[in-house]
Amino acid sequence: MHYVLHYNQITPYLPYFLGGALISLELSVLAFCGGMMIGMAGALGRQGGGRVLSGLIRAYVVFFTNTPQLVQIYVIFYGLPDFGIVLDPFPAVLIGMTLNAGAYFTEILRAGLASVHRQEIDAAETLGMSRLQMLRYVILPHVFKVLMPPLTNQYILMTLGTSMAAIFGVEELTGRAFNVNSTTFRSIEVFTLVAVLYVGVTFAATAVLALVGRGLFRARVPVL
Amino acid sequence: MLGEILSEIPRVFTPYNLLLFAEAALTTLLLSGVGCVAGLVFGFGLALARSTRSWPFLPLRILALVYAEVVRRVPFLVTLMLFFFGAQVVGLDLAPLTVALIATSVISTAFVGEIIRSGLQSVRPAQIEAAAVMNFTPWQRLRLVALPQAWPLILPPVFGYFVLFIKDTALASQIGVLELTDAGKILNTKGFSSFLVYGTVLILYFVISYPLARLGSHLESRLGASRHPRTRGSLR
Repeated sequence: MHYVLHYNQITPYLPYFLGGALISLELSVLAFCGGMMIGMAGALGRQGGGRVLSGLIRAYVVFFTNTPQLVQIYVIFYGLPDFGIVLDPFPAVLIGMTLNAGAYFTEILRAGLASVHRQEIDAAETLGMSRLQMLRYVILPHVFKVLMPPLTNQYILMTLGTSMAAIFGVEELTGRAFNVNSTTFRSIEVFTLVAVLYVGVTFAATAVLALVGRGLFRARVPVL
Repeated sequence: MLGEILSEIPRVFTPYNLLLFAEAALTTLLLSGVGCVAGLVFGFGLALARSTRSWPFLPLRILALVYAEVVRRVPFLVTLMLFFFGAQVVGLDLAPLTVALIATSVISTAFVGEIIRSGLQSVRPAQIEAAAVMNFTPWQRLRLVALPQAWPLILPPVFGYFVLFIKDTALASQIGVLELTDAGKILNTKGFSSFLVYGTVLILYFVISYPLARLGSHLESRLGASRHPRTRGSLR
């Protein structure tokens, strides 16, 4: 074993890697927002929708949570062109991640909605709140306070999931690691540096989400 | 379009290709199975290392903390690449499958270790102290007092994690391990409709993972160990 680590060959690429981390961040934030919208609609639909609607939502959740995100994106990126729908790598990965996140968020938000006490709803009804007001002032503040830790956790897992985008040619952090690896051949240096960047990015995300949860919903999220 | 795809079905599902799918599914099962067992065994050790309170073990505790926090924050793909290239650098000529097995074990150890640790933590300290007062050895305290109470809390999330984990093994296709996703890639390269091939792979993953997920939720309801035993003040 005569391998000498040469980090100095990698350091010029640091800004390039940081740019990649920004694309990873963009991907995960967009998928998080889209997934939250799907999840909110799905959770409300499962709670208040008819039998057919809630059955359909259940099927969606069960299917997407029991199959790998990687293969889902394979179907979207390589499978849909069979039907004449050709997507660029970034939108394809984003759609796959959003659909996947939507399924998980539906489950998470459903559990949150189920944890709202019956009396709180009754009290809001007695005060003459409309359904939307109830959602805005009674249900959601409670739901987010309870759900901040699982949502943070899911966001971290999603950030790690963005590394799959590299397989489809999106040049985010992992994609750029592959690029630099094939120009410099310093594999160990490249991938340890990228691993450290991922640890940094996810720690920052945990800290920010903990602050947001504390400030907006008085939720207690442990950072470590 | 759909007609073309449907007409391909007899050509895709030849006995040879079915055999490929079966073999690939077995590799996926092997990867996740080994990952699960290693995760439980080493994860238990990691959880113990993280929950020791005596000061001679402090370095071990810090090491375990760093391991758990770092490994859980690096994408599986990057870990796989690190082990893949790392093995070559060290001079070990490992098969991709071996590399994938090592990487999956390392990762599942960190995740399952955290679950076990939080389960052990949920046991009331008074219980452990009472056992200590009654002169139980540390091992007896763990085996007779802590584990029986923590077990119902640990099992459901561990099952949930294993379902997640089966899906993560799909990434092993990227270093050339012939598992389900890689089988899909091979057939796709042979020119079969990618929608058909990857759709089949999706369904196969579903067939593997869904029964496990159901078993997990069944265990969860049977063990009846929700964090919130009864919603307080609920009318229902």
